[in-house]
Amino acid sequence: MSTEHACETCPMHTEMAQLGAAVGGFDRVVALAGNPNTGKSTLFNALTGLRQHTGNWPGKTVTRAEGGFQFGGVRYKLVDLPGTYSLLSASDDEEVARNFLLFGRPDCTVVVVDASALERNLYLVLQVLEITDRVVVAVNLMDEAKRRGIDVDTRSLARDLGVPAVPIVARTSENVMALLGEVAAVSAGETVTRPLRPKGTPEFERAVSRLVPLIETAAPGVPNARWIAIRLLDGDASVEEALASGRLAELVARQQAPDARFSRKIALQGAQ
Amino acid sequence: MSASIAVTPADIVREAAALRQSLEAGFREEVVTSLYGEVERITRRAVHDSGSRPLELDQRIDHIVTSRWLGLPLMLVILAVIFWITIVGANVPSQMLAAAFFWFEDLAAGWFTQLGVPWWLTGFLWHGVYRGLAWVISVMLPPMAIFFPLFTILEDLGYLPRVAFNLDYLFKRAGAHGKQALSMAMGFGCNAAGIIATRVIDSPRERLVAILTNNFVPCNGRFPTLIMLATVFVAAAFPPAVASLVAAGSVVGIVLVGVLFTLVVSWALSRTILRGEASAFTLELPPYRRPGFARILYTSLIDRTLFVLWRAILTAAPAGAVIWLLANITPGGVSLATRTADFLDPLGWAIGLDGVILLAYIIAIPANEIVVPTMLMVYMSQGMMTELDSLDGLRVLLVDRHGWTMLTAVNLMLFSLLHNPCATTIITIYKETLSAKWTTIGALMPLVIAFAVTFLTAATARAFFGF
Repeated sequence: MSTEHACETCPMHTEMAQLGAAVGGFDRVVALAGNPNTGKSTLFNALTGLRQHTGNWPGKTVTRAEGGFQFGGVRYKLVDLPGTYSLLSASDDEEVARNFLLFGRPDCTVVVVDASALERNLYLVLQVLEITDRVVVAVNLMDEAKRRGIDVDTRSLARDLGVPAVPIVARTSENVMALLGEVAAVSAGETVTRPLRPKGTPEFERAVSRLVPLIETAAPGVPNARWIAIRLLDGDASVEEALASGRLAELVARQQAPDARFSRKIALQGAQ
Repeated sequence: MSASIAVTPADIVREAAALRQSLEAGFREEVVTSLYGEVERITRRAVHDSGSRPLELDQRIDHIVTSRWLGLPLMLVILAVIFWITIVGANVPSQMLAAAFFWFEDLAAGWFTQLGVPWWLTGFLWHGVYRGLAWVISVMLPPMAIFFPLFTILEDLGYLPRVAFNLDYLFKRAGAHGKQALSMAMGFGCNAAGIIATRVIDSPRERLVAILTNNFVPCNGRFPTLIMLATVFVAAAFPPAVASLVAAGSVVGIVLVGVLFTLVVSWALSRTILRGEASAFTLELPPYRRPGFARILYTSLIDRTLFVLWRAILTAAPAGAVIWLLANITPGGVSLATRTADFLDPLGWAIGLDGVILLAYIIAIPANEIVVPTMLMVYMSQGMMTELDSLDGLRVLLVDRHGWTMLTAVNLMLFSLLHNPCATTIITIYKETLSAKWTTIGALMPLVIAFAVTFLTAATARAFFGF
């Protein structure tokens, strides 16, 4: 791989700065999603310089942790979402992750996947792609995979998924600069992604397009009415409930508020 | 905003339901099936598995670590080794710290006297506030600075999920969630952290069980108490060569009692006020990862040790002040401390303790870690000032002057293990449950259990063993 060490010396490297918990006045929002125990918190710490508690057990990050970093002259707010296997069921952490992706309108979502367990991780990637097209896939733990004799061809992965995919080792920050380069391009809209979205049957698509305008009327400003329509057709009780109780509109407002619920305490909550 | 259309959310939900009816049954399954096919195809193209790897090391280790016969004993051995290292390693630094702090206390008090500062101010500041701080730091800092890094290594290595795996069967039998083992393990560091960790449990019922029983694993604030008692009383009866092993063994024993209570109380809750079955779950055994040592030191020393110590200091300073006031306000020639302790004495006696210990527990409600220092300060303020420069001095003070027996030591260990959670933990329970009812139960249930258990052991010991 030619990308592996090339970036340690490039000028971009010097342009990166950890901003810790100082996320005021950020220009763009980046969300970190992924299965449990894939190294999201490690990447979060590497980028922000914060010490979000990392531990080798699934389910450790239970609230959104937020921090900041600067790259190429742009200030980013980074939001570390709880690790989840899917965005469909109604467990607390899945709901936190899903609500942020839906209503927080991140400029870019980095889905961290475990190189050794790509297949299982891809379900979440595809579900995220259903919600947003500004996605970069970070294939983490490449070193561990290599030790097990597994190699991941990220170019093939990127081609199939329709979004950039970058191999990284978050623990040693290997190739993290290349990842940030993709994040910058996607969040600026310079990289146009073509996310893979399995199409439903024609009747299904017709039903979706009936619902979308209705949703947009009832909850103006809602991003991703299509996703909500699909969930409604699926009979997702939590989405139905959110819509009926007006919580949908409230969620949109809350997740988009500047510095939404930011607190250093939350960022460090796992750390007691 | 076209108000003329006026679509209500209820309309949309109804419309969606109608559309769902019109769609062929199983339309979504088709999508899901195609999704799985898609994922498989992408993976096949992107992943090259050389296939030459032998039976993975991870799996071989897991085979042993989670095996049916070796899993639990291995866990106990690891726990015992950690406690043993903590006890052996903390002993000398603790005494050195204590000696240094108390040397400075005398020195500073001397300066104050020379400068003509009123005796009560000198006493309040140096023999009250400062002494409280000095006790807490010398009793707590060394064990924590050893225990937390060791624990963090286990956590980073990926051992905790294996613990959950090993204990899953027991928790399921108790009607609780297998992941409760994870929150229980986090409780060893700090019960408040353990209660936050119960968020990994999805079912509200099982989460409540985990929250209410988290208190039964001794947090780091209580370990120094247990370690001190194990060292001074239990281990002292053995030859020095094996004393530290015996001390570690007794701490493991008391931890096992705590786990037993966790299971029994979970079982009882699952059959009474929190009735229900244990739900199934999948727990991933993550790969073992080489712990990052710099990060371990940071996490365990800065985030954990200093966090806990700072909290202890914040509560110890006022506690020290309160004790000094209680000991030095003497209406009718008898100090308030003695009066209160005498008042509490009958209740203390009934559960194999005494009035001073109960008074210490009341003063130490904000933080369990200051129980032993508080107790010692009350004892010392009652009689003559004993300089505690060694554990033998401690033994002399407690056994010879205040009539402690093995029953006192054992019951104090049990009481410390079982009694109500500290104020921080109680606040955390409230924050997590948002319910005054469950917070009250979470605070009072352990207290009642602690009184009941120690009453029974005291009565038994007195009836059959002549204490």
